[in-house]
Amino acid sequence: MSTVKLTVNGKAVAVDVEDRTLLVQLLRDHLNLTGTHVGCDTSQCGACVVHMDGKAVKSCTMLAGQADGASITTIEGIAKGDELHPMQAAFRDNHGLQCGYCTPGMIMSAIDIVHRHGGQLDEATVRQELEGNICRCTGYHNIVKAVLDAAGRMKVSQAAE
Amino acid sequence: MGVEGIGARVVRKEDKRFITGKGRYVDDIKLTGMTHAYFVRSPHAHAKVKKIDSSAALKMPGVVAVLTGQQLVDDKVGNLICGWAITSKDGSPMKMGAWPAMAPETVRFVGQAVAVVIAESKNLARDAAEAVVVDYEELPAVADMQAAIKPGAPQLHPEAPGNQVYDWVIGDESATDAAFAKAANVVKLDVTNNRLAPNAMEPRAAIADYDPAEEHFTLYTTSQNPHVARLVLSAFYNIAPEHKLRVIAPDVGGGFGSKIFIYPEEMVALWASKKVERPVKWTGDRSEAFLTDAHGRDHTTHAEMAFDANNKITGLKVKTYANFGAYMSLFSSSVPTYLYATLLSGQYNIPAIHAEVIGVYTNTTPVDAYRGAGRPEASYLIERLMETAARQLNVDPAQLRRTNFITQFPHQTPVIMAYDTGDFNASLDAAMKAIDYAGFPARKAKAKADGKLRGIGVSCYIEACGIAPSKAVGSLGAGVGLWESAEVRVNPVGTIEILTGSHSHGQGHETTFCQLVAERLGIPISQVSIVHGDTDKVQFGMGTYGSRSAAVGLTAILKAMEKMESKAKKIAAHALEASEADIVIENGEFKVTGTDKAIALPMVALAAYTAHNLPEGMEPGLKESAFYDPTNFTFPAGAYICELEVDPGTGKTSFINFVAADDFGRLINPMIVEGQVHGGLAQGIGQALLEHAIYDANGQPVTASFMDYAMPRADDLPSFNLSHTTTLCPGNPLGIKGCGEAGAIGASAAVINAITDAIGKNNLEMPATPDRVWRTIHAA
Repeated sequence: MSTVKLTVNGKAVAVDVEDRTLLVQLLRDHLNLTGTHVGCDTSQCGACVVHMDGKAVKSCTMLAGQADGASITTIEGIAKGDELHPMQAAFRDNHGLQCGYCTPGMIMSAIDIVHRHGGQLDEATVRQELEGNICRCTGYHNIVKAVLDAAGRMKVSQAAE
Repeated sequence: MGVEGIGARVVRKEDKRFITGKGRYVDDIKLTGMTHAYFVRSPHAHAKVKKIDSSAALKMPGVVAVLTGQQLVDDKVGNLICGWAITSKDGSPMKMGAWPAMAPETVRFVGQAVAVVIAESKNLARDAAEAVVVDYEELPAVADMQAAIKPGAPQLHPEAPGNQVYDWVIGDESATDAAFAKAANVVKLDVTNNRLAPNAMEPRAAIADYDPAEEHFTLYTTSQNPHVARLVLSAFYNIAPEHKLRVIAPDVGGGFGSKIFIYPEEMVALWASKKVERPVKWTGDRSEAFLTDAHGRDHTTHAEMAFDANNKITGLKVKTYANFGAYMSLFSSSVPTYLYATLLSGQYNIPAIHAEVIGVYTNTTPVDAYRGAGRPEASYLIERLMETAARQLNVDPAQLRRTNFITQFPHQTPVIMAYDTGDFNASLDAAMKAIDYAGFPARKAKAKADGKLRGIGVSCYIEACGIAPSKAVGSLGAGVGLWESAEVRVNPVGTIEILTGSHSHGQGHETTFCQLVAERLGIPISQVSIVHGDTDKVQFGMGTYGSRSAAVGLTAILKAMEKMESKAKKIAAHALEASEADIVIENGEFKVTGTDKAIALPMVALAAYTAHNLPEGMEPGLKESAFYDPTNFTFPAGAYICELEVDPGTGKTSFINFVAADDFGRLINPMIVEGQVHGGLAQGIGQALLEHAIYDANGQPVTASFMDYAMPRADDLPSFNLSHTTTLCPGNPLGIKGCGEAGAIGASAAVINAITDAIGKNNLEMPATPDRVWRTIHAA
């Protein structure tokens, strides 16, 4: 057992876990943040994507201990109170989700994509960047639309800040 | 249409919880004292289970119990069942091999469970499962269908000599032979419909909670049809009677058919929770999903189509081998028979059809319904045949289809189905216009100048949905009725709860079902909530599959609404001292037509519950229920056209355009309908280009992870160009046909027709991987 100290959605936490505990297990089983999902066991599907120190990571593919000292943001931590993150709003407005299972990972990956590409996003880039997130419901059509829509919204909201 | 009524693109009510991480899936649920199950599974495709030694596992930390298949036998737990009886052409019943939830004696596919470890955590259960020593005696295995039916092949079940499930026929053989005898041309085709893994993104999961004081079970499970799960679990498995079993299917992360069936794991979880007197949770890994979720498709077919001198089809002969895997899953028997061969007429006038379907056991994962279920196999076969015929007869493939389209309705096909309505020319027109079919030759020539092979492929599909009229399916062997039920509860304050037997696992019922209420009562959808997925709340339900939730489930809601409205009008008329016949419902008010007298819905509801002043003899309350049984299937149909380029140097396919023109009858929410089509197209294209569940000759799965099984990813797919044409379904009052499976049914033929057009060679099997396409291009 080890104590992992980290910040999750802005809150400092210290959790005693078995050394083999994965970050996603710490989030789901110890902190009850069940918005982060597990859809595979080979680091392929991206349902578990969270942000570690502002970058997208697959939380099923790292040990909780590797997040010691880091700042983690999950799907539960991106809205400001009742105000949705522009990516969340864009997924809803563009019908970018159906069963909702891949959605948290999609949204966390998509935010990271927009951060990395800024205003340079086009459909082909979004499709290529979403390579690590699998959706079985939407055929990606509306997810791609949502990410491009959100990229515009995020630019506007950044400009406003 | 109001802003939230029928036909409005209403943003989904359910989305907020999913985009904020507040969905509640089975694995998100924790119960006090909960234990965790991990299954010990066979690494062999066929073996005798000689001995299971649990002694080391039982000594490991946190282990509560190790349970085996023999204990299931000792407790007289029933075997899994198949719920649709099929009769072979010789009159004999289908040959069902016994399928125990954990194998006490013989395993017949890799991944079949032989024991389960119950422990304090999943990690501890997994550790202990590694320590369970199973002594297997390997037996010869057979994974390939053609090998399985050869004399001397390894035999799976003593009940099924020659590994044959059934040899079933449909249609008029002598009329078909006569048509072929007179044919001007005969077109022949062999096709394989590749085996697919369903891969809903949420792996299956179950939590069973036994209450010894009440002898009552609660089962949380990833089900598309919780009432059917309760019915089957209680009627056949001897674990819990129906009134002592509550089944809850909360948020479910996709199904595509794979979550219809009752699997060993939830049965074992229920049984184990009573044995250990604690809640038991099982959550499947993706690897387990590949091994144990029922696979889809897996046919090999030889077909011949006869034409007269005017290119009119005169006959169709089909012989199909359907792989069942090692056991008969819940609805497996109906998929290659009544869901497949009854659609072999496609969109065409075919006077004579004869089809024979031979079901085969192999040492592979069981096969059952996967999005489309039989209808994609039929549509793929017919649309590949039409394309092949157009090439052989040297006519335009679109024109050949038009020459043979059914244009008069109703139309009785030679294979049971009676198509009620449609306009196949209209959908083909729409698709051809959308893709600029006339301009294709010029685009092909330009692509050729750039060194690319460009092709165009048409697919005109029809499906039978709105499953299903109970009497009809009963006469064909179904073990259940396929009606739907609903209840409308108007609360005393005027808010409304709709309880439905349909189950949403991505379809958006919480929005579309509210839109019907908004349309009829003129109230905002925020005043309505949809309750589903809990057998203690909803009176009964047959669940969601076969594109049935709108055509059947929503019609049941409509029927209950009509009853409720009738009573509410009586209350309103009484209160307003008017005639019931003069009451109309508008904007949430009951109005006396032609006057300014009105009473709001909440006041009517309150009057119903206070019961201080109701019409003489009326019962208090405002709540009605209905069971709706459709009179026919519905027949969604459409035309898909795919334009693509093949790089002759690599065999890689790139999409140029994909158009879909569908006729789904009335659309409740076009945004949601489009989403359903997008997803279906992705699965159809995935089958055509990427997906294939492969076994080696010994039954070892080769594609049991996302590393090996090619799921469609965002950069494998194009954006889609959708449109709709409309003929209203006459079979239900809303005119709905259903839209959930169309894309998966129609897309794969369009893709293969386009690739074979591009490369100028007709024989190409799915999935058309770059390797396979390159070899086909360069084959001598």
